[in-house]
Amino acid sequence: MTAREHILGDIRRALRRAAGHPPLETAPLSTPALRIPLTDRNLYAELFGQKFENLGGKFIRVRDTAAVVPAVADLLVQKSAVASNAPFLRKCGITGLPQVHAAFTDREELKAACAAADIGITSVDYALAATGTFVMLSSHNEARLISLLPPAHIAIIPRSRILANLDELLSIVPRPADQTSSMVLITGPSRTADIEQILVRGVHGPGEVYAILVDQE
Amino acid sequence: MSKSVSLFVTCIVDQVFPQVGIAITEVLERLGYQVHFPKAQTCCGQPAFNSGYPDEARTIARHFLEVFRDSEYIIVPSGSCSAMISHHFADIFEHDPKVLAEVHALEPRVWEFSRFLLEVAKVEDVGARFNGVVTYHDSCHALRELRIKAGPRKLLAKVQGLTLAEMDVAEECCGFGGTFSVKFPEVSGAMARTKIDSIQKTGASTVISIDSSCLMQLQGVIDRAGLPIRTLHLAEVLASK
Amino acid sequence: MNAPETEIQQAVDDPRLQLAIYTATRRLIDHRAGVVNAEVLPYYQDLRNEANAIKKHTIENLDYYLEQLESNVIAHGGNVVFCRTGAEAADFVLDLAKKRGVHMLVKSKSMTSEEIHFNERLEAHQLEAVETDLGEYILQLAHQRPYHIVAPALHLTRYDVADVFTKELGAENEVVIEKQTKFARGVLRQKFLEAEIGVSGANFLIADSGAIVVVENEGNARLSTSAPKVHIAIAGIEKLIPRAQDLAVFLNLLGRSATGQPLTSYTSFLSGPRRAGEIDGPDEFYLLLLDNGRTKLLADPEKRQSLYCIRCGACLNHCPVYRKIGGHNYPWVYSGPIGAIITPQFHGITEDTWLPFASSLCGACAEVCPVKIEIPKLLIKLREEVTEVKRRQQSGDVERFAFRLFAWIATHPKIYLMLASLGSLFFPLVPRIGPLKKWASQRALPEPAHQSFHQWWASRRGSE
Repeated sequence: MTAREHILGDIRRALRRAAGHPPLETAPLSTPALRIPLTDRNLYAELFGQKFENLGGKFIRVRDTAAVVPAVADLLVQKSAVASNAPFLRKCGITGLPQVHAAFTDREELKAACAAADIGITSVDYALAATGTFVMLSSHNEARLISLLPPAHIAIIPRSRILANLDELLSIVPRPADQTSSMVLITGPSRTADIEQILVRGVHGPGEVYAILVDQE
Repeated sequence: MSKSVSLFVTCIVDQVFPQVGIAITEVLERLGYQVHFPKAQTCCGQPAFNSGYPDEARTIARHFLEVFRDSEYIIVPSGSCSAMISHHFADIFEHDPKVLAEVHALEPRVWEFSRFLLEVAKVEDVGARFNGVVTYHDSCHALRELRIKAGPRKLLAKVQGLTLAEMDVAEECCGFGGTFSVKFPEVSGAMARTKIDSIQKTGASTVISIDSSCLMQLQGVIDRAGLPIRTLHLAEVLASK
Repeated sequence: MNAPETEIQQAVDDPRLQLAIYTATRRLIDHRAGVVNAEVLPYYQDLRNEANAIKKHTIENLDYYLEQLESNVIAHGGNVVFCRTGAEAADFVLDLAKKRGVHMLVKSKSMTSEEIHFNERLEAHQLEAVETDLGEYILQLAHQRPYHIVAPALHLTRYDVADVFTKELGAENEVVIEKQTKFARGVLRQKFLEAEIGVSGANFLIADSGAIVVVENEGNARLSTSAPKVHIAIAGIEKLIPRAQDLAVFLNLLGRSATGQPLTSYTSFLSGPRRAGEIDGPDEFYLLLLDNGRTKLLADPEKRQSLYCIRCGACLNHCPVYRKIGGHNYPWVYSGPIGAIITPQFHGITEDTWLPFASSLCGACAEVCPVKIEIPKLLIKLREEVTEVKRRQQSGDVERFAFRLFAWIATHPKIYLMLASLGSLFFPLVPRIGPLKKWASQRALPEPAHQSFHQWWASRRGSE
């Protein structure tokens, strides 16, 4: 008998059930309890900004895609950056900037570039207003390491991508695994309080995080 | 017309703190109740139950059920004993449907003292006077099982001359836990000292609770430390004039 | 194994340790309270009820959901390895590493891996497992085990950390916490980039998605699971929940209960190796599903709720006993109230089992448990099992005799009354005897009453 057979057998014996039995009852909730607040969507951007800043992030709101590059220009001075392949970044002119390396297709190249870069620039798939969260699905457009290895992370967010909260995200994306191998919810900078419960930012992930919200896409 | 109530004093009040039973009797009589004291009463079985002796707990509980079978209101000067009767009798008799039915019939008739005053007698002011600064200890079973928190404070608010100063750890356990204090005395003592440090910060000269076992625990450690703090059951304060 | 009385006394008497424990747990208590109170989260109690119901359903149908999880992991290109014991899990990893000629792997925080002595097993075969969570990294260097489920280095000060870094890494003595953190970041960064294998735990396993969820603040779990070519996740079989959408319940409870964070810095939902078109991520994914005794707990209908635990640590933070004796005085890696109920179930009950008795049954744990495990009830059940073992072994237990005797007296009121009046004679003698001596050492003793309430009533009322 394999370990698998042993374990499943032990479970069935423990539960006094026969093999292959479906659950004794249907799921405890006929639909999962998703609680989406009924707030005015127009307030989401502001709420997101507040929450994000409470976490120690810097929130910049710009009117349109043309205003993005001027907004981040200061941040990029004398810095090297890597950017994801998100079409929105191209639209905002990010990928065209001289100090920004983009269009990675090779994992090792990407890893090396991210390890060396000062800043990682991405878009987001969604943003959650209630918690100031970026939601990033790994794809050709968004690699994992760009928002993770460099010590700073800038996320350029189209306003339409802002959702109310985690529950709304799960109602729109009920099975992230259908789309991607990795969905990450990023809520503020990397942090720890492991030593004397004193908060330190930027442990392994980025310590500086910026959210550039674009009103008109 | 005087209403009738029965008193279950609990074994610790009976043996160690009879003044609490006396005080409760006084307050209830002052409010116009006729107090009965079924003499055959002994214990609720909580020590046996908590220590892992369910058979012995059942034996004692059956006796309790018999003694108080006909009592309409059973007044109990203890959160932990009340909770034992109204929450855990059902646990120890869960496999005995006949006794379980008796237990369920009993449960609504059991009243922790402060709750009885507020919800049945419907009084907050019992005409008590007690001068001084006091603090209140939330005993665990009362707080978490019976949800008693605001009640005693309402009663204390109506006591003339009394000032209530809350300690910052009012809801933390005093460390008694029955045989726990015997098996782990150093931890039990340390838990009590944490409470007492907080009590000292309030400037209170009296600690009040609705559980005598907690008060006994705290007073023991207070006296060992030689501090000028005394412990009183809520009933004793309400009986004061 | 008897209670470590000396060590417990030492912990209680150590003012520095007491301050460290108290301050840290106080902070966690306050942070949690700030985000679960009725104003901020009006449906908090509903979430707890839902979480309990989902866990109950899942645990009671565990085989069904495990098979669903397995088939979905495989469908996404991953591998599932069932492991009856920790040794099997470690052997699998050793084998895989050997085949690739790998001598080092990076690892994110996993209490399950601590449970099975994962690192030690690997190191015995020259495979280095580098802890990358800051607290765990420090403990690994200091050769200590975690002090707390969520805050493993709770008991250490910055000076302790400075000493560890100096002694084990030859670093210059640095007591500024931010600098200590940056130092660790630098050292570990290299490991992340070099490692071919990354090992993680899992906070949740999602049956309908073939996915794991990893919750963290530092980013080391993301790095361990994204930079290396191989990702291995180790998880107890009880970590399952049926649907990704059930995360709305569990993620709204976990961070809040653990540290007072509605969401931690990073929550990763990972379902296997990278998909076609994804630029980075691992090429291979292995999910190690661990039994290690969980099926034993499963077999007990009353106590299997112990398996609902989502390892938030709230029970530890609120436990007045944990806050005095500290994490290292618990016999196993899981401390606090959850440790008290699962340790005897995993390790078996003997007449020496003391852990379930190290509680005043205050119930603070049950009040804060996000999945509503009835911890005090289970502690009492375990106590009953211990006394039963003693009874069967006819250990001549004084305590059993005493309770038996008391039960008899309590059902014979006339005897009770007679003994009570004699009792005041014997009362002062009692603390000189055996176990009560220690009880008496902590306190001044109450005076016996001059007359019992029974006697007062009789004298006042005549006969009723």
